[in-house]
Amino acid sequence: MKARIHVMLKNGVLDPQGEAVHHALGSMGFDGVQGVRQGKVIELDLDDSATEAQVGEMCEKLLANTVIESYQIEMI
Amino acid sequence: MKAAVIVFPGSNCDRDLAVAFESAGADVTMVWHKDSTLPQGVDIVGIPGGFSFGDYLRCGAIAARSPICQAVVAHADRGGYAMGICNGFQVLTETGVLPGALLRNAGLKYICKTVGLKVETSSSAFTEGYNAGDTVNIPIAHHDGNYFADAETVARLKGEDRVAFTYTDNPNGSISDIAGILSENRRVLGMMPHPERAADSGHGGTDGAALFRALTGALAPA
Repeated sequence: MKARIHVMLKNGVLDPQGEAVHHALGSMGFDGVQGVRQGKVIELDLDDSATEAQVGEMCEKLLANTVIESYQIEMI
Repeated sequence: MKAAVIVFPGSNCDRDLAVAFESAGADVTMVWHKDSTLPQGVDIVGIPGGFSFGDYLRCGAIAARSPICQAVVAHADRGGYAMGICNGFQVLTETGVLPGALLRNAGLKYICKTVGLKVETSSSAFTEGYNAGDTVNIPIAHHDGNYFADAETVARLKGEDRVAFTYTDNPNGSISDIAGILSENRRVLGMMPHPERAADSGHGGTDGAALFRALTGALAPA
């Protein structure tokens, strides 16, 4: 079993890397991009006994900094 | 005064911090991150700058979960003194001992230069060697020094006189120009600039020395 975790900066937290990517896309002629937010994806290989609640605890305690980041868990 | 300096894989200002403490008259013990206890009778714990654990995951995130950091958190919870400089500040925010977080610099560049800092409060063991309103010149060297906290937290820091230093010319996008903050009991300081790199005439500036002198004075056995 795997868990895929998407970690993103929260809305309202400035994402200078996303801004730079946005700017680059614009300068390459890709119009119509209204905003870019850059995050990260973390994949965990898990024992079959692992639960989403345990993955949630991992996110809260280490994988995301909930002061600035939000996360979404996908069990796959 | 007994000081402990924590060493993580990737710390690179640990010796500088130890020398600054020693020059101010402290006995210094270096403590490896895998240790789970601080030396007996430590008055202040210094968490140095560097790139602990390669800045993997987030700056300071892995270090903050190391065995020694559990002891540092317990020390702070007991009312012990601690200071985190640069990566050490990032570690202290990751442990939750200090509020907020350090984001990527707004201009995306790593910045290494001497900047002006305004001393916002002289009311702490760290800053009582300065006058509030003084401007001091201290080097910064960071990629992720953009201090962020929600509006309520920033208002609380200001209201409780817990902003220790602000930048005179904000280099990294930090909210309210914040360069360093104090804990609620004013015994834990986190700051991105490096006072230990401005503590000897050979450094080209000595504005940071007053911080270490004040600390030694405040924590000297009565």
